Amino acid sequence: MSSGIRFESVSVAYGKNVVLDSLDLTVEPGEVMALLGPSGSGKTTALRAVAGFVKPASGRVFIGERDVTALPPYRRGIGMVVQQYALFPHLRVEDNVAFGLKAQKVDKAEIPARVAEALEMTGMASYAKRYPRELSGGQQQRVAIARALAIRPNVLLLDEPLSALDAQLRSGMLAELARLHRELPDVSILYVTHDQVEALTLADRIAVMDKARLQDCGTPQELYRRPRTEFTASFVGNANLLPVQVGAAGVRFDGVELSVDTQGAAEGASATLCVRPHLVGLGEGPNALRGTISEVQWRGSTHRLYVEVGEGRHRVKADVRELRETPVLGEDVVLHFAAEDAVLLGAGVSGG
Amino acid sequence: MPRWVWALPPVAVLALVFLYPLALVVQQSFTADTGEVSFAPYGDVFASEAFREALTTTVWLALGATVGCLVLGFVLALVIAFVPFPGGKAVAKFIDVFLSFPSFLITLALLFIYGSVGMANGVWTGVTGAAEGPFHFLTTPWGVLLAEITYFTPFVMRPLLAAFSQIDTSQLEVASSLGARTWRIVRQVILPEALPALAAGGALVLVMCLNEFGIVLFTGAKGVTTLPMLVYSKAILESDYPAACVVAVVNIAISVGLYGMYRVVSRRVGA
Repeated sequence: MSSGIRFESVSVAYGKNVVLDSLDLTVEPGEVMALLGPSGSGKTTALRAVAGFVKPASGRVFIGERDVTALPPYRRGIGMVVQQYALFPHLRVEDNVAFGLKAQKVDKAEIPARVAEALEMTGMASYAKRYPRELSGGQQQRVAIARALAIRPNVLLLDEPLSALDAQLRSGMLAELARLHRELPDVSILYVTHDQVEALTLADRIAVMDKARLQDCGTPQELYRRPRTEFTASFVGNANLLPVQVGAAGVRFDGVELSVDTQGAAEGASATLCVRPHLVGLGEGPNALRGTISEVQWRGSTHRLYVEVGEGRHRVKADVRELRETPVLGEDVVLHFAAEDAVLLGAGVSGG
Repeated sequence: MPRWVWALPPVAVLALVFLYPLALVVQQSFTADTGEVSFAPYGDVFASEAFREALTTTVWLALGATVGCLVLGFVLALVIAFVPFPGGKAVAKFIDVFLSFPSFLITLALLFIYGSVGMANGVWTGVTGAAEGPFHFLTTPWGVLLAEITYFTPFVMRPLLAAFSQIDTSQLEVASSLGARTWRIVRQVILPEALPALAAGGALVLVMCLNEFGIVLFTGAKGVTTLPMLVYSKAILESDYPAACVVAVVNIAISVGLYGMYRVVSRRVGA
């Protein structure tokens, strides 16, 4: 039986309010797909459509080759982990994990071994007799993952699974999830998050969502290095978005000629140039931009400089390695970036 | 002025209007006809057939009504809390209003419909031409049971709805994605979390049913004598005060005992 998830122009609406607008997306068997977007972007709705908790107004949802659009949740065979763990408070850890097995009428003799296996996999074997309230947040989330894996699902849905954990635990759990995925190479994972780091770390591909629509989809490297839209550029990583005019051998930004790859964009067209802040250097160099410092943020290992550049006083962010002397506000500085570090976003993209 | 002085007026009022009469009742129950202190009234009452019958009737009516309220209340609260339907919020609000109704109002309404000269019998005699309709159950213990269940069910639903609103809906969703159908979710996820609320609501209804007077009186059920009814008939109709007081003391003892249980249970719920 093959895993994988396929959305075929799935739309979801509450009354006249469209929360998911004809989503087309395929998650390959064994792939980790992150649905990344701000709140209200439709990413959770997409996940709930796979789980069967919302009914699409139109379109079809497939799990493997099976059309599950009309199936109730309990017949979809999906593992699900949610932000607030949702463990059953009156059941011990082992009974929480056994819940799905009992519901699916797994042979009674087989259940203890399957429960032990799932708890082993998440490192919670020694907590089997505890109640959820006796566990920390991270431990509860591990139990929730064990409970989802115990039924050996082909598809695992993770809905902001790490959002309730503190930063340090979160990075540990990220590594844990990556390990679980290596141990279960056949399970397709749909991972909903608003955190770009989680998406970049874990996902094979990222689907970027905004305003109920799929905006972009690609590998983390593609989306980070060569974003196609302003939204992707600013949501996956940080970005300087400069309004430019396409010229013959480069672009013109506020009266300054910049030499970048124009990728065959029509001369004279308006476009947006995306430069990552950490790729902007301080001092003279290629593609120099002159301006004055308007704000400085010291972040320990780096300084973030906000520099107002040119006549239009465009704010450009530069993340530079910690400077020995903190720059003074109002100081005149020169920024530069390498031609290959800039990406020209589709001409005609609306400003944002 | 020491602070305890402020406690005096309320204690004085309480003593005058409640504690003193209560003490009188207890004292009266230990007073024989001759005026001396004795256990004779207790012996007489406990030995009488009427008392034992009233005690049995009271207990089984209260237990029956409680079980009925728990079952009906659980089902109705489930529907209101988890099945979205138009007007669901209004129904939940109405439950609160219902709690403020006097108990005899329900009985009166039932009398209008099922009473011997009520609407149901009226329609029957009108259509068939018979001298009287087929509905006479209201004057039997079943009528009292029906009225009590109707009136007291909301008292069970209140704490249940509060408990249901505490249940994380993602628990129900995860349960169903794990393969559990509705019945299994109700039994294994919702019911265990509602048990404390059920216990608290059930204990409350049990106490109130034991002491219910208005409903029994208004159904006009001649054969149904509960402890409060027995107190009424002994004291007002037969002027046998010692016996009435004995029955009252027994009734109080049962109620206070159950109320103590209710407090223990509800404290464990944290309500």
